[in-house]
Amino acid sequence: MLRHLRPALVLLVVLTAVTGLAYPLAMTGIAGAIFPAKAAGSLVERDGKLVGSSLIGQSFTSARYFQGRPSATSAADPADAAKTVPSPYNAAGSAGSNLGPTSAALAERVKADVERWRAENPGQAVPVDLVTTSGSGLDPDLSPEAALFQVPRIARTRGLPEDRLRDLVGRQVQGRLLGILGEPRVNVLALNLALDDLAAK
Amino acid sequence: MTGIGWIQIALFCAVVLALVRPLGLYMTRVFAGERTLLSPVLAPLERGLYRLAGIDARHEQTWLGYGLAMLVFHALGFLLLYAILRLQEGLPLNPMGQAAVAPDLAFNTAASFVTNTNWQNYGGEGTLSYLSQMLGLTQQNFLSAATGIALAMALIRGFSRASAGTVGSFWVDLTRCTLYVLLPLCVGLTLFYVWQGIPQTLGAYVEATTLEGARQTIAVGPVASQVAVKMLGTNGGGLFNANAAHPFENPTALANFVQIVTIFALGAALTNVFGRMVGDERQGWAILSAMGALFLAGTAVTYWAESAGSPVLNGLGLTGGNMEGKEVRFGIVASALFAVVTTAASCGAVNSMHDSFTALGGMIPMINMQLGEIIVGGVGAGLYGMLVFVVVAIFVSGLMVGRTPEYLGKKIEAREVKMAMLAILCLPLMMLGLTAVATVVPAGLAGPANAGPHGFSEILYAFTSAAANNGSAFGGLTGNTPFYNTTLALGMLVGRFFVIIPALVIAGSLAAKRTVPASAGTFPTHGGLFVGLLVGVILIVGGLTFFPSLALGPIVEHLAGAAGQTFSTGG
Repeated sequence: MLRHLRPALVLLVVLTAVTGLAYPLAMTGIAGAIFPAKAAGSLVERDGKLVGSSLIGQSFTSARYFQGRPSATSAADPADAAKTVPSPYNAAGSAGSNLGPTSAALAERVKADVERWRAENPGQAVPVDLVTTSGSGLDPDLSPEAALFQVPRIARTRGLPEDRLRDLVGRQVQGRLLGILGEPRVNVLALNLALDDLAAK
Repeated sequence: MTGIGWIQIALFCAVVLALVRPLGLYMTRVFAGERTLLSPVLAPLERGLYRLAGIDARHEQTWLGYGLAMLVFHALGFLLLYAILRLQEGLPLNPMGQAAVAPDLAFNTAASFVTNTNWQNYGGEGTLSYLSQMLGLTQQNFLSAATGIALAMALIRGFSRASAGTVGSFWVDLTRCTLYVLLPLCVGLTLFYVWQGIPQTLGAYVEATTLEGARQTIAVGPVASQVAVKMLGTNGGGLFNANAAHPFENPTALANFVQIVTIFALGAALTNVFGRMVGDERQGWAILSAMGALFLAGTAVTYWAESAGSPVLNGLGLTGGNMEGKEVRFGIVASALFAVVTTAASCGAVNSMHDSFTALGGMIPMINMQLGEIIVGGVGAGLYGMLVFVVVAIFVSGLMVGRTPEYLGKKIEAREVKMAMLAILCLPLMMLGLTAVATVVPAGLAGPANAGPHGFSEILYAFTSAAANNGSAFGGLTGNTPFYNTTLALGMLVGRFFVIIPALVIAGSLAAKRTVPASAGTFPTHGGLFVGLLVGVILIVGGLTFFPSLALGPIVEHLAGAAGQTFSTGG
C-alpha cells in the first residue's frame, strides 16, 4: 500500500492541476479570444441594454408578444426560503417538470392550457410544444406551427396584418442542419425583437 | 416515427462506426507506448511526471498491484474532492458566493464523480462554485474515465498475453490515457462547442432585463470545457441542473449530434483495441455487433414509444408525440436517441427529462443500465463488463457441447466463471436490494414526486442508475436527503468496485494461462453464432433478474395509461 502512496499523490496533484486548472483556464482564455460573444453566453442587447441571451428563453406573458413554451422552473419563496414558488424561465435554476405520463397533475395542467389556446383559435389543433414544458425550462424555441398559431392574436393586439406576421415568422424559421439534423424551430426572443421592429416601422 | 428521424439515427451509427478503426489504432499505439503524433509535445511531460512520482514506466504490476494502485489513487481522489466541496465557500473562483456543500451531499457527490457515475443530487448552478466545477468535477471527469479505460486495458492484456505474471502498470495507463487520449480530444471539442454557442467564462451570472421588463439572472460558467469531457469520458455530470437539456450545455442540433457521437466514440473504439491486441480484429467486431444489436432494438422501442406519445395526453387532442420534458431543437428523435445512447453507455447526461418519457420509452433506459451498461458502455467499463458476459456465454456454450470452454486460446475455468458471476450478481443486489429497502422505509417513500407505479419507477431508476454508475435520473425523485445521499453513494461504490475487482482477478488469472492452439473443435468467436449466443445470454440473465421489477413499474404504468388512468399525489 505505502509504496503506492507517492505515485498516487504526485499523479493526483499534477493531473488535477493539468485537467482541473490548466485545461479549463487555457480554454477560457483561448475561447474568449476567438469567440468572445459566444464564450460570454451569446448575450443580446437592444439600444445598449442587455435584454437576455439568444440561447436562453425568457418569459412572455403579454398578448402583444409571441409566447414561449410553459416552463417548470421555480425560485426560492421570498416569504419562506425553505419553499419554492413557480418562476418560469428562471435562468439560474434550470429544471423540467419531471411529471410522468400517468400524472394527474400533468393531465390537468395540459388540459387547462389546451382549453386556453383553443379559445384563441377555435377549431384548430393546438401544437404539442405550446402546452408541454421543456427539459430545461429555458427552451428558447417554438416549432414554426406554434409560432404561426399565435399570429391571429398578435395581429389583433398589434393591429398588424396577418400575412405580414406570417412572413415575419417564416423569415425567422431555422431549418434542419443540412436538411437532416434537428427540428425546424423559431427563436422566440429573436422573433419578438423582429416583431417590435416591424411594429415600430 | 419519420423517415428523417431514421436518417438521423443511421447517420449517427455511420459516424460512430467510421471512428472505430482510427481511434482503435491510435489508442492501441498509445497504450503500447509507441510514438504517436503528439509524442513530441507530450512525451517530455510524461517522462517528467514519472520522474517526479518515482515511477519506472517499464515496471509492470500483477493484477493485485494494479488493483491496489487504483484503490489508493481513488481513495486520495475521493478525499480531495470531498475537501474541495466542503471548503468551496472560502476558496477562490466563487463569484456567486456559493456556501459549503453539506456533508452528506458532498459524500454523495464525491462518490458519484470518483466512480464515473456523476449522479447529480446537487443543483449545479445553485450549489457549486466555479472552482468546485473545475478543480473538483472536471478533474474527476478525466481521471475516473482514464481509470475505466486503464482497467479495460488490464483485462485485454489478460486475454492477449500467455504465461505472464503482470497486466501492465496502472500509473502508466492512467497517465497515457489522460494526456494522449482525453486531453487532446477535449481541447478540440471545447473549441467546437464554444463555436456552437456553449459559454466558457469565469464571469459572474449575467443580469438582463427582458423585453417585458422583468429581471432575468442568467447562469454562465466554464461550461464548454466540462461538457467536452463529460461526454467523451461517459461521465455525464453537468454544470447545470438540467444537464444537456440546458441550452448552454447543448445549444444546437449539431452540438447535440457531436455529443452523442463522443459518448460512444471511445467505448466503441475499445472493442477494436481489444481485437487488435488479441491479434484478430474480427473478435472486436463480433463484440461490437452484439452491442449494436441490443442498441438498435432499444432505439427502435424508445423512438416508437415517444413518437406515439402518452395516451392520457393524446386523449386531450394533442398530436405529435410526447414533448413533455423535451426541447424543440431536438424534438422526439434526437431526444429518444440521446436517452438510449446515454444509458447504453454509462454517460448519464440527459438532453430531455427521462422522468417524463412514456412508460415504455422510459423503460428502455432502465433496461440498458440493468444489463450492466455493456452496450458500448462506459469508457473501459463497458468493455470489461461485456467481457465478463463473454466469459459466461463461453461457459454456457461449453456446457452445451460438453467441452472445456475456450476463448481466444484461453481455457475458461472455475475461477473465471465464479468471478464473472460475482461481478454480474453484485449489480442486481444493489439495484433491487436498495430499491426494496427504499420502498418500505418512510425516508425512502418520501422521495418520489409522482404517485402510483411511476413513483416506484423513480426509486428503481435511481438505484439502477447508481449501481450501474450511469448518473441519469428520473429527476422528480428528491434525492438530496441523508437517506438517498448515503444509499445511492453505497450503490455507486459497490457497483463500481465489485465489478472492477473481479474483472482484475480474471485478468490476472487469464494472463498466467498458456495459450492452447485452436483445433477443429474450437468454437469460433468471431461469427454470427457467437454474437447470437452472447446476446441471448445477456438477455436471459438480465431478463430473469429484472423483469419482475419492471412489471411493477413501467409495464403496469403502460397498461394503466392505456386505460386512461392517472395518479395524483396526496390523494
